[in-house]
Amino acid sequence: MKEENIICIACPLGCNLQIIRNRSSIIIKGNRCKKGEDYAIREVTNPTRILTTTVKINNSFLNRLPVRTNKPIPKDKIFKCMELINSIEIDAPVKIGDVILKKTLGLNVDVVASRSMKKV
Amino acid sequence: MYDVVIIGAGVIGTFIARELSRYNLEIAIIDKENDVANGTTKANTAIIHAGYDAKSGTKMARFNVLGNEMFDEICNELDVEFKRTGSLVVAFNEDDMEKVKTLYQRGIRNGVKDMTIVGKNEIKDMEPNISDDIVGGIYALSCGIIDPWNLAIGLAENAVDNGVKLLLNTEVIDINKTEDYYTILADKQKLKAKYVINCAGLYADRINNMVASPSFIIKPRRGQYFVLDKDAGNLFNTVIFQCPSKFGKGVVVAPTVHGNVIIGPNAEDIGDRDGKHTTAEALDYVRKASLRTSSKIPFKKVITTFAGLRADTNIGDFIIEESKEAKGFIDVAGIKSPGLSSAPAIAKYVVKLVDKIAGGLEKNEKFNPIRKRVLRFSKLNSEEKKQIIRFDSKYGRIVCRCEQITEGEIVDCIRRKAGATTVDGVKKRVRPGSGRCQGGFCQVRVMEILARELGKDMSEILKDNIKSYILTGRTNKGEGRC
Amino acid sequence: MLEYDIVVIGGGQAGLAAAIEAKKNGIDSIIIIERDKELGGILQQCIHNGFGVHEFGEELTGTEYAERFIDQVNTYDIECKLVTMVLRITNKKIVEVVNSEDGYMCIKAKSIILAMGCRERTRGAIIIPGTRPSGIFTAGAAQRIINMEGYLIGKKVFILGSGDIGLIMARRLTLEGAKVLGVAEILEYSSGLSRNIVQCLDDFNIPLLLGHTVTSILGKDRIEGVVVAKVDKNRKPIKESEKIYECDTLLLSVGLIPENELSKDVKIRIDSNTGGPIVNQIMETSINGIFACGNVVHVHDLADYVSEESKRAGRNAAKYVKGEIKNSKNVIGIISGKGIRYVVPHYIGVDDIEEYIDLFMRVDRVYENIRLSVISEAEILKEVFRKRVCPGEMQKIKLPLFHFKDRKISSIKIEVREGG
Repeated sequence: MKEENIICIACPLGCNLQIIRNRSSIIIKGNRCKKGEDYAIREVTNPTRILTTTVKINNSFLNRLPVRTNKPIPKDKIFKCMELINSIEIDAPVKIGDVILKKTLGLNVDVVASRSMKKV
Repeated sequence: MYDVVIIGAGVIGTFIARELSRYNLEIAIIDKENDVANGTTKANTAIIHAGYDAKSGTKMARFNVLGNEMFDEICNELDVEFKRTGSLVVAFNEDDMEKVKTLYQRGIRNGVKDMTIVGKNEIKDMEPNISDDIVGGIYALSCGIIDPWNLAIGLAENAVDNGVKLLLNTEVIDINKTEDYYTILADKQKLKAKYVINCAGLYADRINNMVASPSFIIKPRRGQYFVLDKDAGNLFNTVIFQCPSKFGKGVVVAPTVHGNVIIGPNAEDIGDRDGKHTTAEALDYVRKASLRTSSKIPFKKVITTFAGLRADTNIGDFIIEESKEAKGFIDVAGIKSPGLSSAPAIAKYVVKLVDKIAGGLEKNEKFNPIRKRVLRFSKLNSEEKKQIIRFDSKYGRIVCRCEQITEGEIVDCIRRKAGATTVDGVKKRVRPGSGRCQGGFCQVRVMEILARELGKDMSEILKDNIKSYILTGRTNKGEGRC
Repeated sequence: MLEYDIVVIGGGQAGLAAAIEAKKNGIDSIIIIERDKELGGILQQCIHNGFGVHEFGEELTGTEYAERFIDQVNTYDIECKLVTMVLRITNKKIVEVVNSEDGYMCIKAKSIILAMGCRERTRGAIIIPGTRPSGIFTAGAAQRIINMEGYLIGKKVFILGSGDIGLIMARRLTLEGAKVLGVAEILEYSSGLSRNIVQCLDDFNIPLLLGHTVTSILGKDRIEGVVVAKVDKNRKPIKESEKIYECDTLLLSVGLIPENELSKDVKIRIDSNTGGPIVNQIMETSINGIFACGNVVHVHDLADYVSEESKRAGRNAAKYVKGEIKNSKNVIGIISGKGIRYVVPHYIGVDDIEEYIDLFMRVDRVYENIRLSVISEAEILKEVFRKRVCPGEMQKIKLPLFHFKDRKISSIKIEVREGG
């Protein structure tokens, strides 16, 4: 049996979670909601994070468009994903939620615009 | 070939340049820094002293009193903030009071007008927030507060308007003396001049030693200061000195022309001419010492601290003379306090020296003594505000919210002769970033305007000197990675 | 002179939420004055996720959160003036504004909502000794430069202060290729959210140095390093523990200050603890008809709480315009008791109580297993248990109206009571 304490990052409350692992099962304690349990299981099996960054945009009043992955991606893919995002540029106009990169790195995850930006 | 090259574009150098531009001379003023007023002029107490402090008979005493009287006219001509607030030297006990009387006598000998010995009640009337521990002091009406940056910048602008060449980022490496002229070797160029005026401040001994044998040594003396938010600006009305005592020289508490409060300095002899850093110990000393003047000083309202270096020497007085070993080479060195107060008189005196050496100077009939500073949007009434925005819509865009400074003012200070090219240059001229947010909101906007006006990319904009880059490239596209 | 029922000063989260709510409550004549080129305020530079869990039940980025509110402002057709600065307000509720298009003008308002937000504490304010080179940024300023302007600020970064913006920027800089050497926090606990320590520092192996501070800044033109030292119990640096970190950038995340220059100028009463106006439960300041909400009142850690508070201000400003605010002398003072640094609101106008009152508060240090008690004289009106509270996390207590109805209470006190 292995015990581990982590802080939940599913929401700003930051619950202290206790993870008890047997050969066959994982027990989560200390969570106040289902999201916490899901997070804890992911964290010990395949830790993932939402990636937020910017991409170069042309013809708008700002130089950078904020983007995010629409789902969490594996932690170890974050820098690979950054490289990919840094290699592209797009043109305004963009609507919030527009897909900037589809099926990023072969994952079932898209990079989407996290705000709208008009063409100027 | 220049007639005169002035080394150093602080308040002394720029003042001399401006005064010499009244004559038909080819003049250049050079400085190793990226802007004028970047040495001692940048960091001092910003006071025009009455003149009772310096030992009678010294150049310091003489030029201080003469210089003080000239400030109304010069600030009028150059449109520089200057206010005769008067000063107090306060005594905390009877011993102090004796010293105050000695100072008063010295003031009389030095020719200071309008001084009075005042009692506790009179002082309390003038300064309701002063400590109850004071027993009396001297009040000197002629003491004033000034914006030394705007003074030096105004002088530089006016000098350039009257034909003087300003060369920045020009560090003197060596000076060669020939029969009739000097060749100044700077990092990128050679300048020839009949006369050289050494106003190099903290480096004046090194410049002197390039043409003559060492006759004085510069001993940098550091002073550290606090600046308080304008919120505290009406705490004090006059410049308040403490009577020198066994507790030390005492520190000054004074209002500034911009409505802040300045507190300092201490005095530390340091070896390093670049040692313009503050230290926790000295700031603590200044804080504690100032609380003797008033326990009501709100140190919660500090917006910045800074250190300045004064160019003291082993001589003990200003050095203003033609070098005995180098004809036509004039040292203006060791201009420590009351240097700023003495500057107008020093400049006039140096003009006389040049006149004598040159055997007479010819008047520049086209000399224009008037310079207008960048207008201050925040000081305009509503009708004037409407008008100026109609004239140029850039005055309708406030860039610095703490000090209410418009894009119009920033653009004006960049587009001028001897104009700003850096973030600190803009700050010195029109003050965005001098307020309580210290540039947190406006620095990027100022950089954007600088980039546009100077035809540069924002990442090329500097804070101050050549190596003081602010940005390290663009995001994305893999730039700027280590 | 232009006339509006409500003038909202500031188009950030607080201003937007207040304006929308006022509109929903029947006021058509509203104008938002915003100094920036667009609405949204600081949220537009917050590209990270973590917003909206309470308000929308999903996790949004700051920009997504802002856009939802801006969309509503557009749908409701609420008027805005962008790139417009308020120079002054008067107690007759005249708002002096300036911009390039209209020039200088005065707007007469029936009610004003102050939503100017806050500014960052600077190096000068916390008095870090040393030189004054380039390369020292407040975290928020750096966030804007990187996320909106698209420029990088340095390659080797040290961060002072563990506020949330500092933590978020540690991750952001790392993602952009910079090396973050460490985050120093003078206190023994972080002032940021625990989740941000996990996902912004731990994820990237960035050390958090609790009980440490920067004692000096090195470098002539560009910053070349910082001296970092441990502090003792009185937060005084321990000289022997000093260590130099070579870096080209120092980021400061050392606190936020409500921006109340306009409020002070018109002599609105300010609470020296929060740095913001003294308000009652409907967010009305000491001048009737001038309301305040969001970070201009007190610094919040969650945008959702700002929205909630601002809606209350907007709703009640609407009532004020309609003449429905009683503003009677019947008030209950709120006292910050043992362990409480401040409570907002500062007092309760009994005749204007809505269904409930939200009390927002911060404790003065870390406590474990405590109760937050709301007391009237000897009677406990409400008590909530908390496993752990720290000054960095704002606490909220809801008090239903029945506590006050038809009762003579002159003041209530909130205090920390130790022991579960």
